[in-house]
Amino acid sequence: MSVATHDHSDEHDAHGPEKGLMRWIRTTNHKDIGTLYLLFALVMLFVGGLMALVIRAELFQPGIQFVNPDFFNQMTTMHALIMVFGMIMPAFAGFANWMIPMMIGAPDMALPRMNNWSFWLLPFAGAMLLATLLMPGGGPASGWTLYPPLSLQAGDGFPFTIFSIHLLGISSIMASINIIVTILNMRAPGMTLMKMPMFVWTWLVTAYLLIGAMPVLAGGVTMLLTDQFFGTSFFQAAGGGDPVLFQHIFWFFGHPEVYIIILPAFGIVSQIIPTFSRKRLFGYDSMVYATASIGFLSYIVWAHHMFTVGMPLAGELFFMMTTMLIAVPTAVKVFNWISTMWRGSLTFETPMLFAIGFLFMFSIGGFTGLMMAIVPLDFQYHDTYFIVAHFHYVLVPGALFAALGGAYYWLPKWTGHMYDETLGKWHFWLSTIFVNLLFFPQHFLGLAGMPRRIPDYATQFTDWNLVSSIGAFGFGFAQLLFVWIVVQCARGGQKATSQVWDHPEGLEWTVPSPAPYHTFEEAPLVK
Amino acid sequence: MSLAVVLILLVVGSVIFHFLSPWWFTPIASNWGMMDTTVDITFWVTGIVFVAVNLFMAYAIIRFRHRQGQRAKYEPENKKLEWWLTVITTIGVVAMLTPGLFVWADFVAVPKDAAIVEVVGRQWNWSFRYPGDDGVLGASSAKLTTPDNPFGIDPQDAAGQDDVVVSDQELRLPLDRPVKLLLRSTDVLHNFTVPQFRVKMDLVPGMVTYVWLTPTKTGTFEILCEELCGLAHFAMRGKVIVDEPDAYATWLAQQRSFAGTQSLAAADPVAGQVSYATCAACHGAQGEGNVLLNAPALAGQPGWYIDRQLANFRKGLRGAAPGDTFGPQMVGFASILDAAATRNLIAYLQTLPDPRPEQSVSGDASAGARLYDTCAGCHGVDGQGIWTSNGPRLANLGDWYLERQLKYFKQGVRGKHPQDFHGAQMALLMGTLRDDRAIADVVAYINTLGSGPAMAAAGTAAR
Repeated sequence: MSVATHDHSDEHDAHGPEKGLMRWIRTTNHKDIGTLYLLFALVMLFVGGLMALVIRAELFQPGIQFVNPDFFNQMTTMHALIMVFGMIMPAFAGFANWMIPMMIGAPDMALPRMNNWSFWLLPFAGAMLLATLLMPGGGPASGWTLYPPLSLQAGDGFPFTIFSIHLLGISSIMASINIIVTILNMRAPGMTLMKMPMFVWTWLVTAYLLIGAMPVLAGGVTMLLTDQFFGTSFFQAAGGGDPVLFQHIFWFFGHPEVYIIILPAFGIVSQIIPTFSRKRLFGYDSMVYATASIGFLSYIVWAHHMFTVGMPLAGELFFMMTTMLIAVPTAVKVFNWISTMWRGSLTFETPMLFAIGFLFMFSIGGFTGLMMAIVPLDFQYHDTYFIVAHFHYVLVPGALFAALGGAYYWLPKWTGHMYDETLGKWHFWLSTIFVNLLFFPQHFLGLAGMPRRIPDYATQFTDWNLVSSIGAFGFGFAQLLFVWIVVQCARGGQKATSQVWDHPEGLEWTVPSPAPYHTFEEAPLVK
Repeated sequence: MSLAVVLILLVVGSVIFHFLSPWWFTPIASNWGMMDTTVDITFWVTGIVFVAVNLFMAYAIIRFRHRQGQRAKYEPENKKLEWWLTVITTIGVVAMLTPGLFVWADFVAVPKDAAIVEVVGRQWNWSFRYPGDDGVLGASSAKLTTPDNPFGIDPQDAAGQDDVVVSDQELRLPLDRPVKLLLRSTDVLHNFTVPQFRVKMDLVPGMVTYVWLTPTKTGTFEILCEELCGLAHFAMRGKVIVDEPDAYATWLAQQRSFAGTQSLAAADPVAGQVSYATCAACHGAQGEGNVLLNAPALAGQPGWYIDRQLANFRKGLRGAAPGDTFGPQMVGFASILDAAATRNLIAYLQTLPDPRPEQSVSGDASAGARLYDTCAGCHGVDGQGIWTSNGPRLANLGDWYLERQLKYFKQGVRGKHPQDFHGAQMALLMGTLRDDRAIADVVAYINTLGSGPAMAAAGTAAR
């Protein structure tokens, strides 16, 4: 596509950002809000990461060394809640805020005030969630899945946990509405749906998934709340309820949630690979259809998280089949990314390294996912460290690597400066080495039968736990390098051109770097 | 370039590792060898695709790296290729799924001659029920659960009278005989896993789930709970012992039937008082304990706990370890008490007053309160003891005694006997008390317990 009109009216416009702190509190600008989301996610990455290090420190050796078992369970629970709701989802919401208007030639998000609110709910909800750790009885300790009846054996923090999940959900739903309205109503003339960048497409599907899934979670945790405080028995067998009902509700949310996390990552990788292959994304149409069918299928596979709860046989068969089915569109995506590189002209700047790292390691997580989709085999893997290895491969070198790659890819556009390429490569290689040291041995632990969520383990598991813990600390410290690179890039460095890379495709590369406070006040014409 | 080299090395390395690595499933001990075959098939299918995709990517990275003036080929799509790849993927997926379906068909078809054993999980231990001579398990209900009837077996149901109840964490199974395990939970979700058997199923309150298998090797294997069930989840480990059929039959014949446990003569506190004369010399006329003679308080302690500890002394689970100075004194006394005498003795102890002992340990009670969070799960927030979690009463027990026993657990004097499951759990949890200071603190906090509502409620419920 090419752009007929360039919009630089902002250079003459006196209307700029407010000065001082109030700019960030009152802002309705999509770029400011995007920055806030990204910074919040970065802070939470370290908060959740610190909890992961508590877990790995405890598991460094058999026996109980540092924390008591109850606090350990609080750490595993909070680590997951913070990383899922406080880190990875806000990070992708930050990318969406920054990039979607610029990619579709819109001046801002469709609902700017709501945009402000959906961000500012997050710090309060996150703080409330963290505060439960200081309450009598401590934070939630039943795993992030909050399975009753165990989750009902909770301390005073329980209603606060539920309420913060409500708030986080409201924030996500509002952000999703905003994104859908923006994409459907504010595209520049000529930007048809089938011309939109893949990142926009993946977010459109993700936003619908969020609107479908988050209210279900809100309903489920509300039922927990009434079971605990208002005498209902939704999930209590003694009162005629069924604990498995909660699992169905939770995973009806939880499986779409998996794709809510990974689809924007797919989108970012689909932007990065064509740019550094100097070639258009291979099979754009099939990528769009694959994204849409993943979105649809993600709603009918939830019970594969529950193969061992004694479901009816027909149910197990159905969910085994649909789960295998979802591998097909995912494989289409992987093939198309590799085909994009085929006969391209490849260079390997840091974003491309992260994208290739994503391809390699996400596919490992994908393959182990296929293995556990088969019901009798899941009886081997379920709730062992094999599962922990599987979903961390999808989430860390998968989703997180895509987010880091995206950050390097667009940092010059955001700050107007190039980041330090050498340090960026160091960051990639350190992260890759340590993340594999961290998670690959967990496959072996799982095959040998080590259960997840235990602070102490039988001595035959010692060696690989030790390796895994070393990997965890290495990976954690490697991320400090990322913070340094971002700070350095924001403060100065080599000036970035408006294209930044070698003739990348997309409207965001037609505006100057750093992107002016207001872009596309006059819509560009896309041919 | 270096990226491509790394990719190739990783692929080759992981293939070599796969074949050389000793890290694989534990050796199988059941009939589910087909399960392993299916796992192998999935490793082959995914492994081949993994190698192919990544080597292709490495080749593309070497072959098409950017050179000055080089242009990428314009190739936005290739419908034919895309269809082929989709079809091949689908075939690969079907190839993986099909063997799984066959295993699964076997897994859900329980043999008609399978023996039945019931497994009950609760925070944080296992118990087991065998159907007895009639081969049928009696009806049971959570409402009927009491300290004397932990399975809640319906006393009115004739089929339940000969059921054999085993509560010491050990499941015994005969070799080469198919068995269907019915799984129940009385509190939260648990999970029954024996890695060597390749079976796993959740225990869900309000539901009866099952697995079936045929043990093919004799030996002792660990039962793991693989569903988070609270703070001692990691310590919820049981044992399954696979015996030759004869040895199994001998063992089963020695176990008591449900009717046997229920039809004991009513306990007689007067007869108990006579037996207690021997105990009174050390434990005090009113069971109040005596620090100078190293005898703990018995009054107020729940009967089920006294019963178990007397049995432990008799069986050598307690009082036989090196380093235990005072325990051996109890062994002789415990062995003169048979089941009926024990019941009478306990009935007498229930009639005694329950005074607060003097305090001798000084520690920081507020620091101890935080440490006690871990203990409260089993022993109760008021130290009142909870029989369903096998946690004895701690309040009013005497701080000097608590301190000594905690140190014993820490030093491995108690909780090391392979049959002493509850002791082993305590030993595992002692990691939460780092040193003598922490032990003193938690004991100082326990000194403040024993007058809350939980204690009052427990007082009426104790046996």
